[in-house]
Amino acid sequence: MPHDLAMHTKVQPDPQRLALQVSELGKRVSLPSGALTILDGVGFSISHGDTVAIVGASGSGKSTLLSLMAGLDTPSSGSVLLDGEPLSALDEDGRARVRGEKVGFVFQSFQLLPSLTALENVMLPLELRGDADVETPARAILAKVGLGERLGHYPRQLSGGEQQRVALARAFVTRPAVLFADEPTGNLDTRTGQAIVELLFSLNAETGTTLVLVTHDEHLAARCGRRLRLDGGRLVTGERQAS
Amino acid sequence: MAWRQLRRDFAAGELRILLGALVLAVLAVTAIGFVTDRAERALALEANRLLGGDAVVLGDTPLDGVVREAARAPGLRSTETQEMPSMIRVGDADDERLKFGELRALGEGFPLRGRFRVVDTVDGPERDAPGVPERGTVWLSRAGADALDAKLGDMIAIGESQLRLSALVVQEPDAAIDYFNIAPRVFLNLADLPATGLVQEGSRLRYRLVVAGEPDAVEGFIRTAREGLARGQRLETVKDARPEMRSALDRADRFLSLAALVSVVLAAVAVAMAARRHSARHLSSTAVMRCLGASQRTLVATHGGELLLLGLIASTIGVVLAFFMQWLVGNWLSGALKMNIPAAGWVPAVQGYGVGLVVLLTFGAPPILALRRVPALRVLRRDLDRTEPSSWLVGLAGVAGLAALLWWKAGSAKLGATMLLGIIATLGVLAALAWGLISVVRRLRSRLRGSLRYGLANVSRRAATSVAQVTALGLGLMALLLLTFVRTDLLDRWQVALAKEAPNRFIVNVQEDQQEPMRAFMAERGLPAPDLFPMVRGRLVAHNGEPVKAAPAEGEPRSEEERRGQRRRDREYNLSSAATLREDNRVTAGTFWGQQRPEKPELSVEEGFASSMGWKLGDRVAFDIAGQRLEATVTSLRKVEWESFRPNFIVLVSPGALAGYAASYITAMHVPPERTRFTSELVARFPNLSVVDVDALLKQARSTADQVSTVVEVVFYFSLLAGLLVLMAAVNASQDERLLEGGVMRVLGGSRRQLRLAQASEFAAIGLLSGLTAAAAASLLAGVIATQVFGLPWQADWRLVGVGGGLGVLAAVSAGMFATRRVLDAPPSVTLREVQG
Repeated sequence: MPHDLAMHTKVQPDPQRLALQVSELGKRVSLPSGALTILDGVGFSISHGDTVAIVGASGSGKSTLLSLMAGLDTPSSGSVLLDGEPLSALDEDGRARVRGEKVGFVFQSFQLLPSLTALENVMLPLELRGDADVETPARAILAKVGLGERLGHYPRQLSGGEQQRVALARAFVTRPAVLFADEPTGNLDTRTGQAIVELLFSLNAETGTTLVLVTHDEHLAARCGRRLRLDGGRLVTGERQAS
Repeated sequence: MAWRQLRRDFAAGELRILLGALVLAVLAVTAIGFVTDRAERALALEANRLLGGDAVVLGDTPLDGVVREAARAPGLRSTETQEMPSMIRVGDADDERLKFGELRALGEGFPLRGRFRVVDTVDGPERDAPGVPERGTVWLSRAGADALDAKLGDMIAIGESQLRLSALVVQEPDAAIDYFNIAPRVFLNLADLPATGLVQEGSRLRYRLVVAGEPDAVEGFIRTAREGLARGQRLETVKDARPEMRSALDRADRFLSLAALVSVVLAAVAVAMAARRHSARHLSSTAVMRCLGASQRTLVATHGGELLLLGLIASTIGVVLAFFMQWLVGNWLSGALKMNIPAAGWVPAVQGYGVGLVVLLTFGAPPILALRRVPALRVLRRDLDRTEPSSWLVGLAGVAGLAALLWWKAGSAKLGATMLLGIIATLGVLAALAWGLISVVRRLRSRLRGSLRYGLANVSRRAATSVAQVTALGLGLMALLLLTFVRTDLLDRWQVALAKEAPNRFIVNVQEDQQEPMRAFMAERGLPAPDLFPMVRGRLVAHNGEPVKAAPAEGEPRSEEERRGQRRRDREYNLSSAATLREDNRVTAGTFWGQQRPEKPELSVEEGFASSMGWKLGDRVAFDIAGQRLEATVTSLRKVEWESFRPNFIVLVSPGALAGYAASYITAMHVPPERTRFTSELVARFPNLSVVDVDALLKQARSTADQVSTVVEVVFYFSLLAGLLVLMAAVNASQDERLLEGGVMRVLGGSRRQLRLAQASEFAAIGLLSGLTAAAAASLLAGVIATQVFGLPWQADWRLVGVGGGLGVLAAVSAGMFATRRVLDAPPSVTLREVQG
């Protein structure tokens, strides 16, 4: 049964219990042809453990919204609280710290570092965070995604599906509070995509991570607990759906 | 299509690096071309200064007729001098000093090139003389004033005239090195000469007509004068003047060529890197074009056309920039050398375009044309391996282009081939060294953590790329090291060799029985024992049994070469004898007698002289020595380094053969400058000796060498700049990967500091490796160049390693951090989108 999101209810949510709180978020860019509004007054909140799909047509502002929520980009107006941290108040290094501590990423084009092996790609966020033991958890999670035998392979030696598994392993190895996924199956065939979706949700269930994903894939969107629909940079509906 | 593509690429900012590299290539080559051109013209001017003009006609009779007429041509200036021997008197009857000297009457405007350097007292400060002596005054050579004990203001009696001494001449603009010219020289205004009453029937007057002006006009004069020379007249131009000067010019020319061609190589490296990057960035769009039905021919036309257009635009920018740069440099050079630097010609501009296109086609075209083989499938699979051109093709095209450029720029097949082999060997050595060092880094990496580890990991994981980068950076650095350190070292060594070994006193007319006393005299003063060379004067009388006549039997000799031969037959020769050869003499044909005294007299002849006389090994040559005949066989030919400033003889006779002929001895030695009393003590002890102070001559030679060095230095600064820019192009070539990695690391929570550290450690490692390999290769190559091309000894210089490593780290880190600064500054989402987009 769809209902309005937290922002629109009378009951104010407890910020401590929210994974994400987005208020009046706007993003405008200047182009030679004039100012372009990509996002306009978007607001909603997401609780810990939620799974949320952001859907909408191409150019509706989905990826921009994702970038702003993850602190990859800065908004023109409004604010984002990520696990209680006000991203707008932080500088780029501060946001990087928050990302390192609380955020995981899965990209459509995998974004594995071509010069690193599968194992090293997974070890990277742990190393950046300064963990003492980086190899054990990395090996363990790669085994879990079914790549225990291919630790020393470079991205170019792996298929698209395998690369995305490495990306999933890299995203989950830090046990992030929120995991953002940008079209995680966009570059994969249906079958492989399906397998990746299964893996994504099983890892998510296991770690209790909040999952926010941008997708065109209705099947994938349907797996999520909630769906945010964007149109022309505005939030048109926020549906809670039965999983 | 090509034009549209070019405009699109420009608009997208994708051609910046390739364009930059090409502009740099053309700029470097053309600017060096311009500067070299101007420097060579300046050096030619400087050499002309030594003639006092651009061309000189000498004769024993007044220079009238055709020659005089030719000197009046538009665009020419001319003047004349007259010289004759004369007695010179100073002082009154009670204290009269008298010397037999040389009179030189200078026409208004002399010298047309260069200046007299004069002083007011024997040890006063030097200055340029304004023009020629005023009417009623004379100048005296410093040595002459010393010998005559004359001071400024003294009246000098010449013939019937009394002229006031107004300056002492330290250096004549056109003083030819004549070791035996020890007589005082007097300079007076040509207008004062008739009043001396010295010019009479039968006076031994020598005339010089000096001409200078625009190059074309001078060429015209030389042509006319050569045709119209009367008997007893000869023409001297800078080309046949001063063998030691020519040798210095040749050496300078080689240095300049070397500088130019190193820049060509650096530029080519930059273009190859930028083209590879350009090609990589075009993979997707080319795959799309393939999908849309573009044929390979269309792709070649599009990319090839774009390349050609780019080449033309880049070459034009490069040539224009080069013109402005050489203009600035020319002004500076002109100020630094205190001489006029002629304007540059248009040839370097044409060469610039040629180099731009050749470099682009041989180094830039292969990776870009390989785009035609991009599979359409890449539209669907971005991860498909990029299409690389056949490495054989790239290698061959590169080597062929490089060989052509080297040959052309070096101007000599030998130097070109040496450099080409050097570069190929260098690249091989660099790659091998880089590979070895990267293996070391790989081991080291596991001991490090975090950013440092990832920085070094990048170096060792991308081993092939790193080898390529280190090799390329290494080549740039090697050039820098070669150009700065080695060049300085070579020049220093040459100058030191000149300064330390060059004798500054020639002692002539030592008699047989004075040899031992003279050695004792030197020993008393702690000076090394002089090498005394016997000297016997003889006139050439027969060649292979044919008598040599003073004048040819039938008509006048026609060519300049024949005239020179004629002069050589007419004059007296200083014959000497030696059992061994010094290192400035090298046997080029036949066998030198060495310690074994041959039974019959033998001759060793300087090769240039032998060839002008038509003498060959085995020829029999006879000399008339004071009425006695000496006949000997030519058994060896020698090459003589005239610039060694030591007594050298065109004809050497085997030991013993000169016994019985009246000989005097000559020696040259280095007397420390602080021994100011040396000459007077020596002459007081041995009054018959003539001592020639060649300090002034040496000073002139050294100042020429200094000027040559300054010009060479300017040219090398261009190469240095080119090398630095290549280094940045090398960093740029891997920028996409770095941006991507930086962006991903930022997304994964890497801080600015961590990122910076990772980048810095990687660049530092690459820079260090490059520097070390460059230092090793530079030492090797410098050894080859020093010993094979310049004939100088070589030893390894360990400072190279330190400087190379330091420079490599500094350059790679600063250029790398500058090139990747956007990774730190831009929001990660922008960086990722840009690189992936």
